[in-house]
Amino acid sequence: MSYVAEPPRFDLEEPAPAPAPGGDLVPGSLWRKYYRVWRVSLAERMTYRGDFLLGTFLRFLPMITTILLWQAIYEGSGQSSLAGFTYNEMIAYLLLVHISRMFSSMPGLAAGIAREIRDGTLKKYLIQPLDLLGYLIAYRAAHKMTYIVTAAIPYGIIFFLCRGFFDTLPSGPVFLAYLVSLILAFLIGFYFEAAVGMVGFWFLEVTSVLYIVMTLNYFISGQMLPLDLLPPFWVGVLKALPFQYMAYFPAVVFLGKVQGPDLVWGLGIEAFWALFFAVLARVLYARGLKRYGAYGG
Amino acid sequence: MAPIIEVTGLSKTYRVFRKKDGLKGAVQGLFKREYKMVEAVGDVSFTIEPGEFVAFLGPNGAGKTTTLKMLSGLIYPSRGDARVLGFTPWERKDAFRRQFSLVMGQKNQLWWDLPAADSFELHKEIYGIPERQFRETLEELTSLLGVADLTRQAVRELSLGERMKMELIAALLHRPKVLLLDEPTIGLDVVAQVAIQKCLRDYHTRHNVTVLLTSHYMRDIEALCRRVLVITHGKLVYDGELAGIRDTFGQEKILRIEFPAEEPPPDLSPYGQVHGVDGPTVDLRVDRPRVAETLSAVLARYTIVDVSVQDPPLEQLITKVFEQGKATV
Repeated sequence: MSYVAEPPRFDLEEPAPAPAPGGDLVPGSLWRKYYRVWRVSLAERMTYRGDFLLGTFLRFLPMITTILLWQAIYEGSGQSSLAGFTYNEMIAYLLLVHISRMFSSMPGLAAGIAREIRDGTLKKYLIQPLDLLGYLIAYRAAHKMTYIVTAAIPYGIIFFLCRGFFDTLPSGPVFLAYLVSLILAFLIGFYFEAAVGMVGFWFLEVTSVLYIVMTLNYFISGQMLPLDLLPPFWVGVLKALPFQYMAYFPAVVFLGKVQGPDLVWGLGIEAFWALFFAVLARVLYARGLKRYGAYGG
Repeated sequence: MAPIIEVTGLSKTYRVFRKKDGLKGAVQGLFKREYKMVEAVGDVSFTIEPGEFVAFLGPNGAGKTTTLKMLSGLIYPSRGDARVLGFTPWERKDAFRRQFSLVMGQKNQLWWDLPAADSFELHKEIYGIPERQFRETLEELTSLLGVADLTRQAVRELSLGERMKMELIAALLHRPKVLLLDEPTIGLDVVAQVAIQKCLRDYHTRHNVTVLLTSHYMRDIEALCRRVLVITHGKLVYDGELAGIRDTFGQEKILRIEFPAEEPPPDLSPYGQVHGVDGPTVDLRVDRPRVAETLSAVLARYTIVDVSVQDPPLEQLITKVFEQGKATV
């Protein structure tokens, strides 16, 4: 029976009674809710794809300078390996952190949360039976997925051109571990930035805080260079911090530098940090809402 | 029947940072902050029965929006209590949130780049609306508002009026039992205002939803609400029928006198406040008990063509009520 074809029937009585409070949630409908957020987000992302291809290529333009720079460094040092990285491994590493960041970077997430708190759009999550963090992660997952699918072509071209830097490719199990480390990198990246965004409940202006955190993250996550090149003390410190999992760790997993029990342990720690930031973001959100309810709104 | 909204002694006090002037003040503010307590809502009590359509009236900053925010659970009160549909709103239980809607004028809850239909689908999942009910409600609302052919168009391409209609549809899709509307027609032209009024009226009669509405437009209120709550400076100063405002606050009548001459006599002020002059016609504002006395005095002194006694327009009365509130606080 089609409802669309029928003329509107306003004279009839209201058909089905409204669902009983709380009683209409069939199992699985919670997932459906966030699945729908994901699908709508996907549709939204598709509206802007023109500027995308060019942007991805431009992102790799600095790679050319990087390659030349490291060539000069290796030739100048007269060594074939620095901190355990051959020249080829170094370039492969610097390409691979792009993949790590493709999963862990969350452009505008923290700033977006802070803005929603400030301008009051946060209201909709409080009025509707909808959870802010659940909503945002579904939204981000959709963004990441469209991004990764669309980026597959330019990334494929660039990695094909640079294939000479990859001496060996990972085995099946290692590649699987690599995928797991990337998904966990997504979760760490998401909950870390979400937790930073919650600072917006306490401070109206968060751009400077964000700038410091993001700049710092660029170095300590190993995006600029492998952490192993630093003095031993700093290597120890940075490897104990969660930030390495957003860039360094997945890249060295791919390169086969972490193996066996170390790999399992590393993934375990990465999962711990994902959970840690998830809990932190939740706690900050709950506290922030208390404060919001008392002062703002 | 038990009241659907029950508000007892509801108060909200904000702490506001008192900024000092100049650089010295700004530096001092970094170390020692002075706060000022501002009472946005003070000891407000009222009850609303299921199916009522009530207007919340008051000047800017009177506490209307703060009260609506407490009733929808966005903020907690400093004192007092409220029950909406039997729930305490600020506990934000999902069972409560599935049964009410808050529409704040121009605040967007639709996805900007997507057709409204996509946002409606999302609402369907968020609220767990059964497919059949969703289709029927959507069809009913789009034809009530005459926007059936616009739901597939990206929201950013719609006019302000059309967007507001879509917002209203989104707010009603899950058939809320309580509808809180904060300035739903703000910034709209008269045609769109009337369309939204009509939709609200029809929807209200059909579904017996309970509505609490704030608006600056007397038109909205006269068209929709029988009962009015007037709030000024956080205090409830009137609760009753719209027409009753006149009896409570309307201490004056307008004497409209038409004189035979082209220009009315210049010295009418002893009889009452000259309120308006239009050619030979003069409007005199006179206290109600003095109407007869004034009229006979005027008749004794001047020859007049016509005379009538009128009530001042409601809008002026409301303005006066607002000003009185200011004077007593």
